Amino acid sequence: MAEQMKPGSGPLDYGNRLWLKVLFGVIFFMLYVPIITLVAFSFNTDRRGIVWRGFTFDNYVKAWNNSSLIEAMINSLMIAFIATLIATVLGAMVALMLWRFRFPFKGAYEAFMGLPIVIPEICMGVALLLFFNETGMMTAVVAMPWPLNLSNIIIAHVAFCFPFVAIVVRSRLVGFNRQLEEASKDLGASEWQTFWKVIVPFMMPGLVAGALLAFTLSLDDFVITFFTSGPETVTFPVKVYSLVRRGVSPEINAASTVLIVITVVATVLAMKLQAPQKSGKG
Amino acid sequence: MTDPIVSIRGVSKKFPGGVIAVDDVNIDIAPNEFFALLGPSGCGKTTLLRMISGLETPTDGQIIIGGQDMALTPPNKRPTNMVFQSYAVFPHMTVEDNVAYGLRVTGVPEDETKRRTAEALEMVKLSHLAKRKPDQMSGGQRQRVALARALVKRPKVLLLDEPLSALDAKLRDDMRMELTRLQETVGITFIIVTHDQDEALSMASRIAVIDKGAVQQIATPSELYEQPATRFVADFIGKVNLIDAKVLSKKAKAITCEAKGLGKLTFDTEKACGDTVAVAVRPEKLKISKAEPKAAGLIKVQGNVRDVAYYGDTSHIVVSIKGGPDLQVNVQNDSRTGGSGVERGQAIWVSWMPDDSLVLTE
Repeated sequence: MAEQMKPGSGPLDYGNRLWLKVLFGVIFFMLYVPIITLVAFSFNTDRRGIVWRGFTFDNYVKAWNNSSLIEAMINSLMIAFIATLIATVLGAMVALMLWRFRFPFKGAYEAFMGLPIVIPEICMGVALLLFFNETGMMTAVVAMPWPLNLSNIIIAHVAFCFPFVAIVVRSRLVGFNRQLEEASKDLGASEWQTFWKVIVPFMMPGLVAGALLAFTLSLDDFVITFFTSGPETVTFPVKVYSLVRRGVSPEINAASTVLIVITVVATVLAMKLQAPQKSGKG
Repeated sequence: MTDPIVSIRGVSKKFPGGVIAVDDVNIDIAPNEFFALLGPSGCGKTTLLRMISGLETPTDGQIIIGGQDMALTPPNKRPTNMVFQSYAVFPHMTVEDNVAYGLRVTGVPEDETKRRTAEALEMVKLSHLAKRKPDQMSGGQRQRVALARALVKRPKVLLLDEPLSALDAKLRDDMRMELTRLQETVGITFIIVTHDQDEALSMASRIAVIDKGAVQQIATPSELYEQPATRFVADFIGKVNLIDAKVLSKKAKAITCEAKGLGKLTFDTEKACGDTVAVAVRPEKLKISKAEPKAAGLIKVQGNVRDVAYYGDTSHIVVSIKGGPDLQVNVQNDSRTGGSGVERGQAIWVSWMPDDSLVLTE
């Protein structure tokens, strides 16, 4: 380097620049103030929810007693649970296949698999709606008893969740020491034993992280769900949307806060499990 | 030789793309031997070991273990166990579970598993760490886990892939002795792969030197050192002075040749040879003297000291001779004064007994 830079003057030493600190603060403010407001007003006593009048837990009680809101919440959790289960298994299998095997058009396959991540949700929603309508699944499924009447939504959620699982699990597998697998076989284990006792435990942090990611994605999806749900099957985000059209009530704030907490907890767990840790290599 | 426990017959391994990793190797290994596969990196020794374990399949030839052809036996059914270079200790299991793994997956009853695991841990002196996870252990300890895990299976043959290469010098010496001791106590055939000649010489009862996928020589450590079959072996095992020579005449039991810088020499040998040979002599077999040595029959040459390296117990002196290669002479510094007693630039005589040198024909 021709010129020695002063400490703190490099492009990445942002901590020492006032304007960068201010920018940082402004961005944080813009991002989180709406959410903080939402959470704060969930404890408001004012019925219209505009002016702060006092602290209360009543809104949570009201939300809890609002049967249609609870039903939507249960639907959402049910969908998220089943979709996560299927997406995790499917995603893990895709990750294993891409990690382990070479086959023709592997690159193309990989790109296509990632498509649901980049494709605009609205397109995917419309496409799925058309698909379900054309195949007659829309009318058939809606008539089924709960929770089978959620099948369409579950299928749609699996479709956009599993690529996330596949990507997370695959990046975990990259760090796998193949000698562990060889050691297992050398010690007398069959292929299946090796898979369940060595490879799956190694994948586990990736599986859990991927599953939590899929869970949060499914839980708060609005666009795709909106298109694929029938009139009888309402999920929480869709329900909130329909309520908001008639004005924001503090109950919605309360219910949304619960959803935020679930999502944040799941995301934090996912990030913790994804973080590189010592249990990596053999 | 008693019936070999491992018999490698005409084994070759060609990788797709035409690389020949192992080329027509024939080795018989006796029960209870501590056998070393020695060679530079990339010579195919690890591939050979992996073929014995079943992790690679030979493209040609037969591997017979305990009298049975292993061609159709997968690695999990072979009476061999391997200690991997990276140790490959399962990171999500405790030490105990790692060692018990091989017994549990093959359905050994739990009480026997417990007993044998405890014994194996005792043997490698890790009983006190049984409940630890591998990431809380040092490299040396992890290697012991890998050893215990393989030995607990009571294999007919234990395969060790560069077991000492990842350890620091002090630990390596300890582990070397430990391995020798273990091999004597458990009475299992050990096959070790190494690129380190010291390791092979000090531990193994017999060594196969491998170069470019082919066996150069199979012999005991002292035979390899004193009677190397080829230039490669002589050069790879220890330090050697190699002097090229042109064959002048060849009789049934002797060769007369013109060695570079040494003049006409005659050696007793029954080996067949071409037009050129090499005279090999170890640096510690050479003697130096200021005056011309008088004893009869010595091979002697005068030269200049080019370099003196002092190593405490020995000094390594490099002598340049006219028309020939530089010769290295190792002398014992057996008096406390003066070291080797020679200085750079000094004229000096180098001599040795003809029996201490060897004619290498290939």
